[in-house]
Amino acid sequence: MEAMSPLERVLRGIALTLVVVFFMFPIVWILLMSFQTNETILRIPPSVVFTPTLDNYAALITGKLQTAAGTLDIAFMRNLGNSVFLSVVSVAVALLLGVPAAYAFARHKFKGSEDIAFTLLSFRFAPPLLVLLPLTQYFQWLGLSNTYFGLIWVYQLICLPLILWIVRGYFEDISADVEYAYRIAGHSWFATFRKIALPLAGPGIAAAGLLAFIFAWNNFVFALVLASADKQPVTVGALAFVTASGIQYGQIAAAIVLSITPTLALALYAQRYLVEGLSLGAVKG
Amino acid sequence: MTDIALFLKDVDKFYGPIDYGVHAVKKLSMEVRKGEIIALLGSSGCGKTSTLRMIAGFEAVSRGKISLNGREIQTFPPVRRNVAMAFEGYSLYPPLTVRENIAFALKASKLSQSAVDEKVANIAKLLEIEDILGRYPSSISGGQQQRASLGRALIRDASLHLLDEPMGQLEPQLRAVLRGRIKHYIKERGLTAILVTHDQTEANALADRIAVMEGGVLQQFDTPQRIKERPANLFTGTFVGEPPMNVFEASVTASESRLAFGLKDGIRLEYAASDFSHTVRGALTKRQRVVLGVRPYAVKRSADGVTGRVAVNQWLGDQTHIAADFAGGTLVLVEHDRTNLEVGQPIGIRLEPASLHVFDGESGMAISHGEELA
Ligand SMILES: Nc1ncnc2c1ncn2[C@@H]1O[C@H](COP(=O)(O)OP(=O)(O)OP(=O)(O)O)[C@@H](O)[C@H]1O
Ligand SMILES: [Mg+2]
Repeated sequence: MEAMSPLERVLRGIALTLVVVFFMFPIVWILLMSFQTNETILRIPPSVVFTPTLDNYAALITGKLQTAAGTLDIAFMRNLGNSVFLSVVSVAVALLLGVPAAYAFARHKFKGSEDIAFTLLSFRFAPPLLVLLPLTQYFQWLGLSNTYFGLIWVYQLICLPLILWIVRGYFEDISADVEYAYRIAGHSWFATFRKIALPLAGPGIAAAGLLAFIFAWNNFVFALVLASADKQPVTVGALAFVTASGIQYGQIAAAIVLSITPTLALALYAQRYLVEGLSLGAVKG
Repeated sequence: MTDIALFLKDVDKFYGPIDYGVHAVKKLSMEVRKGEIIALLGSSGCGKTSTLRMIAGFEAVSRGKISLNGREIQTFPPVRRNVAMAFEGYSLYPPLTVRENIAFALKASKLSQSAVDEKVANIAKLLEIEDILGRYPSSISGGQQQRASLGRALIRDASLHLLDEPMGQLEPQLRAVLRGRIKHYIKERGLTAILVTHDQTEANALADRIAVMEGGVLQQFDTPQRIKERPANLFTGTFVGEPPMNVFEASVTASESRLAFGLKDGIRLEYAASDFSHTVRGALTKRQRVVLGVRPYAVKRSADGVTGRVAVNQWLGDQTHIAADFAGGTLVLVEHDRTNLEVGQPIGIRLEPASLHVFDGESGMAISHGEELA
């Protein structure tokens, strides 16, 4: 690293702090809100001094929402469970289908392969609402509406193109000769895919999986239309906090904190893995 | 036929659609005997790597047949061909150490761990990479990677070893040492190898036969000596040999007792008809235009020769290279002693009939070498 003058170091520190504050502020504010009651939140002027309470979390976990008009049943924990289930299974299915497909598109150029790959990507261009109307019809005929199976299927519209295109790029970056060298030493095509291509594209697959997970997790409109209350993820479930007697800011904040925790944890975990994967070899030498 | 290891029959390679794509290899036919070392020599882009990759099974053969030890293999996947290859770009597997990279080539052979270790140690010693066996490919130099990749190919007991420019990254001294060792290693084990190289010394030193390629076409396939003495065409003649063969366009005139070549600038090379055999004379007089070739080592100076003018005189420590303006071009001659010729000084040049290679002016095919018909 280049040597820095003290002034440069100070300026750099200030710049970094500004960036961090800018990006972290909403999250920190929400975290603070989640430990406050609605009254303290709505106090004017707002203050960071308050007596923390776990009431919001308690309400979410027990499913009893206290409002001015009395207790309201909410299914937040169930929604959270649905989110985890839907996202994990969708990403798993998308990886299972997308990674081999990405490999095929990267290694075997055939007539029309570009067109097929692009068609798959174009699923992401279509406005979801446009797709939804016919989809609702079909799902009704097929008996798939309000099933996990149907939702996971629709989630492939989100996850599969993402994984396909990101992972394909990673496979293309691996020199084909590295694979050939392995194959010529007496290994089958499939062994080469498993032992050479997959590990080398590992960081890319992790990144794509993570991104797909976040997109799946944040999806709102598919689940809103295609599933009823007991199958809905948190994004849709959060609507319950907008009650007739007002908006429960404290509980919303707590719900947000709970619902970003899995993604955040995953991102932190994967980040470590990504860095490790990318610098492998360079460091070990 | 049993001593034939590799047999290529009319092999074509098109990148892209057949007949419309890039025609990288054209109707290539050749036979490689068991235990032979073949050098593929040719300029960049002439189709050497494409040829190797078709033999290894990484590129589809557009047309034609390849057989190895009597089995037609052009439709086999690489795993069933029993071929080893050292890649032009090394292609080591990054997460493995050099030792593991070399050893994984033996995985499929089901040798015991101690046997593998011994083989790896042997090959590492041969290639002088013992000290880097524990390192990762990303942390070693290009030349070291190249030797690791060569080791990975040589360690195998394959029916055929394909070595794509295996020593291009090494310094000349090490290259010279390894050349000898590798040849010994290959011969000792009776392996069959095809080696791609840009280095003629390497081709001459290592190969039993050299295949000269240009523009995807096999120009000549013969022993180093015959390629040098009897080049099949103008391309091989000028491509093989250092410094390159001198060539001059000429017209032929013949009478009962004389044969003369008319060069540019009014220069005439006069010979007695008896210097050439009857058949050579017949073949030469049929041509209007020919190209005369003469190797720099074969050019002699003599007071009664035709005149050239010294343009460059270089003493290289063990030989002198003299370039002379001659017949509208440049004639290079090599002498073993130091000379004190001045630039601009006229010299007499004598081209012995025995040293003349005559090529057809249109097709470039060789007509005669010395007094013999090509
Ligand atoms: N994958 C490819 N797609 C299209 N054209 C190709 C491909 N690979 C090679 N070619 C072309 O085929 C011709 C022969 O290439 P090849 O790699 O066999 O040359 P080479 O003799 O090995 O050259 P070098 O000495 O530079 O390694 C070249 O014109 C090259 O541009
Ligand atoms: Mg090449």
